[in-house]
Amino acid sequence: MQELSKRLDYLFRSTRGLTLVALVVVSIITAIFGTLSGPMVEWGVRDLTVNGLGMKLLEAEREGRIIMLYHTIAMTILAIEVYFMTEVLPMKRYEQVMINGTITVGYLTAVIFGLLFSYWGHNFTFHGLFLVGQSLVFFAGILLMVALSPWKKEYRLEKDSPYAHTKGGVDMERMAFFVMALAALISASFGAVTGSFWSNGHETFLGEDLIRAAHKTLLQKAIIGHLHIMLTLVAVGITLIVGHWMKFKGILHKIAMPTMVLGIIGTTFGALSVVWLEWAHNIIYVGSTFIMMAALFYVIYAWDMLIKEGTAGIKKPNFFQKMGALLKDPLKFGPGWQMVFMNFTVSGVGIFLAVKLEEIFRVWPHREERITLTGHWHILAALIATIILMYFADLSGLKGKVRQWFGWLLIIMSDIAFASATIFSMKRLFVDEINQQGTVNTLMLLIDLGLGVILIALAMFLIWRLYDLFQAKGYWHKEFSTEKKLSAEAEIIEQKRKLEELNAILKEVSK
Amino acid sequence: MKWTLSLMSLREGRSSRRSNLLIRSRLLRAAALAMTLLILTACAPAPSIGAITPPFIDPGVDPESWAVVSAGEFPYGQHDHMTNVEYDYEIMVTDVTNEQYSRFLNEAIAAGTISVGEVEVEAGEQAWAVEGAYGSYPGDPFDGYKHEEEIKAGDKLYVPTQAEGLRLTEAGGVFSSIPEYANHPMTMVTWFGANAYCEYYDLRLPSEIEWEKAARGTEFASGYGMPFPWGEHIERNNANYYSSSDLFEKMYGKLGNTTPVGFFNGKTYEGYETLNSVSPYGLYDMAGNVWQWTGDDYPDQHYRYMRGGSFYTYEVDLRVWKNNSAGPQYYSPQVGFRCAR
Repeated sequence: MQELSKRLDYLFRSTRGLTLVALVVVSIITAIFGTLSGPMVEWGVRDLTVNGLGMKLLEAEREGRIIMLYHTIAMTILAIEVYFMTEVLPMKRYEQVMINGTITVGYLTAVIFGLLFSYWGHNFTFHGLFLVGQSLVFFAGILLMVALSPWKKEYRLEKDSPYAHTKGGVDMERMAFFVMALAALISASFGAVTGSFWSNGHETFLGEDLIRAAHKTLLQKAIIGHLHIMLTLVAVGITLIVGHWMKFKGILHKIAMPTMVLGIIGTTFGALSVVWLEWAHNIIYVGSTFIMMAALFYVIYAWDMLIKEGTAGIKKPNFFQKMGALLKDPLKFGPGWQMVFMNFTVSGVGIFLAVKLEEIFRVWPHREERITLTGHWHILAALIATIILMYFADLSGLKGKVRQWFGWLLIIMSDIAFASATIFSMKRLFVDEINQQGTVNTLMLLIDLGLGVILIALAMFLIWRLYDLFQAKGYWHKEFSTEKKLSAEAEIIEQKRKLEELNAILKEVSK
Repeated sequence: MKWTLSLMSLREGRSSRRSNLLIRSRLLRAAALAMTLLILTACAPAPSIGAITPPFIDPGVDPESWAVVSAGEFPYGQHDHMTNVEYDYEIMVTDVTNEQYSRFLNEAIAAGTISVGEVEVEAGEQAWAVEGAYGSYPGDPFDGYKHEEEIKAGDKLYVPTQAEGLRLTEAGGVFSSIPEYANHPMTMVTWFGANAYCEYYDLRLPSEIEWEKAARGTEFASGYGMPFPWGEHIERNNANYYSSSDLFEKMYGKLGNTTPVGFFNGKTYEGYETLNSVSPYGLYDMAGNVWQWTGDDYPDQHYRYMRGGSFYTYEVDLRVWKNNSAGPQYYSPQVGFRCAR
């Protein structure tokens, strides 16, 4: 019993344990609900899942089910990012505990009851609890935003700090995290307000189905703005986290962080102002350019640092030595690379789509445009997931060949899958319907192969972590001990500070 | 032999460094070979009409037959908005076939309402010339709304006669259907071409509302209007779609893998058993086989809408409320039509 309690303690009271639980939750959702569409239907796997698990699927409810499924995954990913933030950003211990505790209860409630409601029959108690879960996640967001306040004295930076800061010492990286959290909360409100009109003037829809409607209601526009900016903010979140991990600093940091703050504000305002502004897209273009520039500065810094570190012992490293150093550690090279790759598979496609909308995409049938749009955001979501996995694999202490294999498989196979999906979604540019079958077959195979290998690698990673949990002094134990030690040290510092504060008050009073 | 020995030595824990290297190199080679084979197989060209002759199958459903849809309310769209159609109307039991369309072309050419030759096609910001059958169209009202394109009066392409995928042939100005595809739905036809067919016979394309009512009827099940013409659920052999594995799947490529109109009527063809997938009003192929043009020209946009899904779509697109859209100049091996009156 004591052993079980120790494990539960690790899983629900440490950053790595909490992240591990959330990753397992996402993996289980993906494994089960991924069998309900695509080639799994043809292979008969969907019927096995539906019958085996006793799901109740009605055709008219499909879009609603998918929306709830997306939300449960999104809540979990948000929780993972929040765990990372509360670990790496300085904040009080009680704040960390409150935020992590609230968001954990929130996302688990949302996942369990959201999926029960949408896939196992409409018990409206479940729907209510789904909303309770989401509300808790929202409340955790408020707590996070308060904790991240960059104006607090104790988090101000010294004048000669290598990190971006204002003249008054306000940490601009912290500011970026804070603004991102605030933007996410505002955007969540747009979704929540629209959701509250559900079946009362607002009907369920998928954004890609509505794209060609000449007239959209304000509520529909609010949802379109909401879904776009939420995914963008999740991408911004992981970019900032990875930057912190790679100790991003110096002149590029000093340019990147204010740029990122402006980018977040601009893009969020642009995406949400779609509701009332005809020309909102122009604001989005400007805002997202700022975000992309900040990410570019991070990539330049990170790769330069990897090269410098890797060639530290060489007087005048040649090109190949520099490349060797850059590619030495796939888990540290990967996040930057995936961000660069994102430009080809997501940003580039998005810009091309916007520029050539009338000339090309609106000439295609709606179904083709729908494929391009869904491909576009699925790839972005999956790219974010690979970066999260790289970061967590590093936190999990993967070393040696396992680290190399896991890292490179993640990069190469995901890029094969995403590149193929991008080409698939744009296939009409170079092959007509009559001659597409060979192209389609090849691309589908590459997509399935890439994603399949990633899922196998992820499964093996999680099985290793599960196996480790059964070891008395496994890796989990080491992780937990380290985290407890750090927490205790932080707590001591906090208590000392508090003691000094109290003594100062006593002195003041006794004067 | 060496391979087996290497594996054995590995199993017995006596693997030398050399044999390990050998295994690794062979495993890599095997994996590379498997990958190459997989990719090459996938890249192999699709079978062409020259390689496989489709069977001619007569499902026994008359393409000249009509069904009556009586006036009244029905649940419209995914969210079942009760919508009243105030009049009775008739709609074709099947899609217009290749044979019917070739007859129309010949009659209309003889009557002088259709010409064959080069015609300019406009779409988006582009214009290009296509060899085909064409005729005049009076143009659409233009509202100048965002993203709306003006459909001007003038000659419009009905069918591209030189395009791959057309199941009609032309000799001396006379069109005929490829015999094996005579009773398959007419495809590669633009909205203009579909509209012209219906108008030539004093018919019209059904509106989206008319189409959907004819497809799903007025009944409810599990609290919703019917998602498919035959009921609540779809099986592999209910319709010609991506997962149907029907007899004509292997004909994919140049001429499309449509099934003859009325194919899914409960009969078994060459071992392929179909389910009777007739709609409440007796219509066939209201889900799958080919998308069907509908007649509405909505204000503030130039798109025309299609219903029903096709052999190339997953079952989600076969749900009766799902639509697809394109400019009226669009043609495809997946798109056909039927008329109403």
